[in-house]
Amino acid sequence: MTEQSINTPNRIKSSVTPNASIVVAGLGKQYVIGGAEQQYESFRELISGALLSPFRKFKRLSGEVTQENKFWALKNINFTVNRGEVIGVIGHNGAGKSTLLKLISRITPPTEGEVAIRGRVASLLEVGTGFHPELTGRENIYLNGSILGMRRAQIEKYFNDIVEFADIQKFIDTPVKRYSSGMYVRLAFSVAAHLDTDVLLVDEVLAVGDQKFQQKCLGKLGDVSASGRTVLFVSHNLSSVSKLCSKVLVLDSGEIVFDGPVNEGISHYNNQMSNRPVLAQDDYIGALHPAVSFDEIQINGMAFSEGTELDPFEDIQVTIEAHSDVDLTGFRTVFSIRRDGTLLFSIYDSEGLSSLSKGRFTSTFLIPRKLLLPGEHTCSIGGVTDNIDQWLWTRNYQFNIAHRWHADYDSTSRVAGLINLDSLGSRSCSSSVGNDSSANLEKT
Amino acid sequence: MQENLTIIRPPTKANKLDLSELWEYRELLWTMMMRDIKVRYKQTVLGVAWAIIQPLTIMLIFTLIFGRLAKIPSDGLPYPVFVFSGLIAWNFFSSAVSSGGASMVSASGMISKVYFPRLVVPLASIGVSVIDFTISLVLLFIIMLIYAIAPSWQLVFFPLFTIGLALAAIGTSSWLTSVTVVYRDFRFVLPFMMQIWMYITPVIYPVSFIPENYRWVIYLNPVLGWIDGIRAAVLGTPIDWLAVFLSAIFTAVILYFGLRYFERSERRFADVI
Repeated sequence: MTEQSINTPNRIKSSVTPNASIVVAGLGKQYVIGGAEQQYESFRELISGALLSPFRKFKRLSGEVTQENKFWALKNINFTVNRGEVIGVIGHNGAGKSTLLKLISRITPPTEGEVAIRGRVASLLEVGTGFHPELTGRENIYLNGSILGMRRAQIEKYFNDIVEFADIQKFIDTPVKRYSSGMYVRLAFSVAAHLDTDVLLVDEVLAVGDQKFQQKCLGKLGDVSASGRTVLFVSHNLSSVSKLCSKVLVLDSGEIVFDGPVNEGISHYNNQMSNRPVLAQDDYIGALHPAVSFDEIQINGMAFSEGTELDPFEDIQVTIEAHSDVDLTGFRTVFSIRRDGTLLFSIYDSEGLSSLSKGRFTSTFLIPRKLLLPGEHTCSIGGVTDNIDQWLWTRNYQFNIAHRWHADYDSTSRVAGLINLDSLGSRSCSSSVGNDSSANLEKT
Repeated sequence: MQENLTIIRPPTKANKLDLSELWEYRELLWTMMMRDIKVRYKQTVLGVAWAIIQPLTIMLIFTLIFGRLAKIPSDGLPYPVFVFSGLIAWNFFSSAVSSGGASMVSASGMISKVYFPRLVVPLASIGVSVIDFTISLVLLFIIMLIYAIAPSWQLVFFPLFTIGLALAAIGTSSWLTSVTVVYRDFRFVLPFMMQIWMYITPVIYPVSFIPENYRWVIYLNPVLGWIDGIRAAVLGTPIDWLAVFLSAIFTAVILYFGLRYFERSERRFADVI
């Protein structure tokens, strides 16, 4: 550190007031585009490339890049978080939220700018980092705890609380590969929830587990902030952000577009979302694009915007405006909904394939009310033809079903699972008393 | 309050290895070492017995091919004892380098999700090799007992040579693991390289087997002094102090440049891995 201080004088130190917990000044991060291609290059390519243009590939792999394939994931970020504050960071996918968290948690270095953090920091970008399936719950608590930066003594101190919070007392000495996914997530979050550092950086980790456990976690996070620790909380879930945070930062295209009170921030974000075009050119995969393109998605008559919140008590009417530049003998549009990455169902706009002539067309889908449980979902649109090579899909768009089960709807028992069936079973009793009552019912 | 202020800045060329930070994370190093050791023989029927079966089988094959058929000399020692003592030292180095070299890529999930000094990863992977080495060493003493060879007073040098060999392994693997992050080619280079390296190290043959005028070539091997030294220390044959001295110099160089290369590339790991 001393070495670096010579290069950059201590400008940031002077701006850290006694009350500040995180100070970010002029922070920026530049990435090189084409990461996937870059990662798996082999010597063969390297050698053939070197013959054509010497050192080009070596230079690219070793991080020296030309101007054209760089882009700024974050640029000129400035903000201060005071001790004990809980700050929400919101923004659409690719706005730079996760990059910001990775910079502050030192996972990746900034390209420019500085960050000063007071006290011990723990980052939670994923629950269960480093969990080993062969090890027992007990061993994984120690492993995961120390990876997250806990001291052994500290883990020992909280050990019983961790096990109790996760509710896995019986299975503590069972290898975690035998755990159900729910138990696994509960254990993983439970370790993380007991981190007692001065600063906690949390990324979207609450998007896992059942809703009951999510509520428990939110409560725990609330405790964390009540205990005077600073929390930076990245989330898509606006309701938990508004519940937990006092301030929000809204990011858009790598810049802070809003820094202030939570309610104002959320409405700023919603405005920004509704102005954002869904269905960009790079949303598609598959050879059928651009012959067939979707032009607009509407939900209940309104243009769809990502992150939109829908009422669980309303039917969801999806309308897709599309066009085709070719005549197709067999085609159908598909609408798919996923939760936690699991495909819940797909709906088609026709039974089997039917012919589609050049020009505009509209596909509509209906998802009945009360089918989707509150929480985050994603949807994507696709099209398939009779030719297996000719298909297209869009990327996944995110939307939320509001946590708004009506009080008269049996809300507590209708939260487990991936979807909700709006029906009840029935019960009949074979005892004589039961027979009497059913006889009574028949009379009335 | 100012003292526990963490400042994050763009990396500069002058990045120095922060040993105090590594010390801060010693518990993590220990936990990860224990993880690898615990997991190593999980769900195997024979368990730790594999640490004995492997070198023993190779010793038998080498004894048969190089000792009996090729009649390679062994400085007057029974060939099995001679080859086994060299083999376990070499295996320690080779497995430490191999697992260390592959460690960073296999830890990619952690690297991109949480911060800790990255050097913990290759260092922790050496733990397993230490355990296997210890087990084989016990086996060596049993074999020596069978052949009625008593260890000599030179055994006092054994820890020194082992530490030297471990440092050479740390230097080599920290360099290898950081280049593997960027160029996955080294995943293929590594096993191949270690195999060649074994044949140019006096494991299956003694140094005296090399003709006098070419012997200087063998002295360029950075681990010659350590491996030959470990064998000499255990079996009581004369220690080649020139080889030890040269190995010490080579090891220092490898360690310095290995760690330096690691340090200069470690901050980029999360972006490239």
